[in-house]
Amino acid sequence: MAHYHTYILTCGGTGCRASHSPQIVAALQQAVDDAGLSDEVKVIRTGCFGFCEQGPIVKVVPDNTFYVSVKPEDASEIVREHIVMGRKVERLLYISPETGKHVPDSRHMEFYKPQMRIALRNCGFIDPENIEEYIARDGYAALGKVLRMKPEDVIREIMASGLRGRGGGGFPTGLKWKITREVQADCKYVVCNADEGDPGAFMDRSILEGDPHSIVEAMAINGYCTGASKGLVYIRAEYPLAVHRLQVAIAQAREYGMLGDDIMGTGFSFDIEIRYGAGAFVCGEETALIHSMEGRRGEPTVKPPYPSECGYKGAPTNVNNVETFANIPPIILRGAEWFASIGTEKSKGTKVFALAGKVNNVGLIEVPMGTTLREVIFDIGGGIKNGKRFKAVQTGGPSGGCLTEKHLDTPIDYDNLLASGSMMGSGGMIVMDEDDCMVSVAKFYLEFTVEESCGKCTPCRIGNRRLLEILERITAGHGTEDDLKELKNLAAVIKDTSLCALGQTAPNPVLSTMENFWDEYVAHVRDKSCPAHRCRDLMSYYIDPKICKGCSLCSRVCPANAISGVLKQPYSIDQTACIKCGTCMDKCKFGAIGVR
Amino acid sequence: MTKVKSIEELTAMRERLRAGMAVRENGNHPEELPQVRVGMGECGVAAGAKDTMREFFAKLAERGVSGVVTQTGCMGHCDAEPTVEVEMPGCEPVMYGNVTPDVVDEIIDSHICHGEPVRRLVLTESVVGRNIKS
Ligand SMILES: Cc1cc2nc3c(=O)[nH]c(=O)nc-3n(C[C@H](O)[C@H](O)[C@H](O)COP(=O)(O)O)c2cc1C
Ligand code: SF4
Ligand code: SF4
Repeated sequence: MAHYHTYILTCGGTGCRASHSPQIVAALQQAVDDAGLSDEVKVIRTGCFGFCEQGPIVKVVPDNTFYVSVKPEDASEIVREHIVMGRKVERLLYISPETGKHVPDSRHMEFYKPQMRIALRNCGFIDPENIEEYIARDGYAALGKVLRMKPEDVIREIMASGLRGRGGGGFPTGLKWKITREVQADCKYVVCNADEGDPGAFMDRSILEGDPHSIVEAMAINGYCTGASKGLVYIRAEYPLAVHRLQVAIAQAREYGMLGDDIMGTGFSFDIEIRYGAGAFVCGEETALIHSMEGRRGEPTVKPPYPSECGYKGAPTNVNNVETFANIPPIILRGAEWFASIGTEKSKGTKVFALAGKVNNVGLIEVPMGTTLREVIFDIGGGIKNGKRFKAVQTGGPSGGCLTEKHLDTPIDYDNLLASGSMMGSGGMIVMDEDDCMVSVAKFYLEFTVEESCGKCTPCRIGNRRLLEILERITAGHGTEDDLKELKNLAAVIKDTSLCALGQTAPNPVLSTMENFWDEYVAHVRDKSCPAHRCRDLMSYYIDPKICKGCSLCSRVCPANAISGVLKQPYSIDQTACIKCGTCMDKCKFGAIGVR
Repeated sequence: MTKVKSIEELTAMRERLRAGMAVRENGNHPEELPQVRVGMGECGVAAGAKDTMREFFAKLAERGVSGVVTQTGCMGHCDAEPTVEVEMPGCEPVMYGNVTPDVVDEIIDSHICHGEPVRRLVLTESVVGRNIKS
């Protein structure tokens, strides 16, 4: 029998797969076989390590060596040098941006130090397609424990833990379970919401890819507590890897008797089916999601009735988010008190964030509630790319708002984010630097929501489009100060009168950028200028005649033939012909070209 | 048949499977465990460091002692290969020389289980190089 003393873990998440991680796994395995070590060294493809910035990641355990940006060609050197000779391959080690030195192992990386992994406990550690690795790490032990408890007691435990929904709403999870349990019905359903459609978010997808059994187990626990015997996972068909891992997990769980009839001889029966979504943001809203699963149009309906009372096919349906479910087994095993000891007064536990935008370490992170934005962006995220200045961070995706310098030391939790004019949302976090125009940012999010509106109600369908048109006018240089007033009025009406939260929250990015960056809006409409030099219609390139040496380089590189002049005399730009590509400014060796 | 028919069976299965995860699990908190670093490199490998490492695994498993065994490059004592460094939680590492497989069990028993380094094999007792042999 093989006794492995060394494991080579390779990220098999969607991001790293796109950079050839399957080939890396194959090459590592080949090199291990060639070295005659296949009984001692095991190559495992795991879920996401979170450090997506420098993927693909290869981690050697137990010495925790963390290799970054690995290519398939590097595999034989890793095995030959590290595994056979015990010498780390220096050139592939992560380099600390602070010290400029190679970091020998992941335990010394600033990226990981402040993190705490509960929902991501198995991601990047186990083989997600091997149920035995999950079981070895206490997998299905929570289900076993629960099956010996009274459902009411389990629900009391979840309530006491303070866990709140991670899908965006933040509704107390235990309370939802209690409500679903107390509705009398012959047939009930458990639904896992894995739609995850907001731009830049990949928390739920990564959990499903890295630890699918945690969701299977938690759904079974929920079924036992609420009285449901059927679970449905609603997931986008455009997440093929997550779908595949989930299919494998469900099949293995059936084979091992963790799903099916009479689970572990306790008389409790439960099974799970997958339902595929077509990738509409609105279908993440629970009532729209249920309609979509029923084969109807994915449109929201008014709540109440809530799905807990009347959901899928009219039956009581407990809808929870992927990350919410992923927290359940640890709460059962370690106790409500342990969970409630983490986080802030009203937000317990941890939160997974997808850190993106202008930070050095783009990736997937999990931190205790109450961690500050500064810690997330500057410690874990490693600060702003290219030494630029931090400007804002958007949390809550297209439903949220932006937070600025003055919010950096606010502890992140549901209530603080709301009070600061944004929201927790599902965990997307997009960082912006000094080069970002906040009017354009608002426009970007609104373009998304206008595109994704289901069109059922007028304020959302037409009102948000009007908002977008105003923003387009402003960024094109045709805005007026009245437009700013109109933005505010219209936004208020849309918030008040839209049917679902998609419409209700769509104006948030506009309102919060106006609140925090009012001067920038004013500059656009009054001075017809874009302070961040982003809005093409509001900027012009110019050549400073005092600096220009008349070398003619710019006129030769200009794709629009907009620059003319006489050699050795200052050149000039024809503003009507200029397409504002910026090439001339990049190319001028004397720094004579500027933008205003 | 893999089907688990009772909660007890699941518990038994977990106990059985846990051993297979121990290496990875221990790697999450090496400082809390005895750490053994076997010097590889050309001279180490030539002197049989691989067998020494295998012996550490086998004997630790046999005794049911948790520890983290890793390999490292040449530790600069090429005349005394195979070299092995043993670090107990909260203690300075101790460097051993001429650790052939037949002395591995003695090191485990004396140093790892009873906190008593095997003096006759010690090269240096601290990273700074205080030599207690001569
Ligand atoms: C437009 C819109 C999109 C949503 N998208 C998601 C989603 O992708 N995933 C999710 O879990 N919840 C989403 N929600 C929230 C769900 O309606 C619901 O509150 C959630 O799934 C409940 O689970 P939780 O209590 O565990 O968070 C969305 C809501 C709205 C209004
Ligand atoms: S608010 Fe928008 S997405 Fe929601 S129901 Fe109305 S039109 Fe559809
Ligand atoms: S910005 Fe582009 S189009 Fe305009 S003058 Fe420079 S090179 Fe030509």
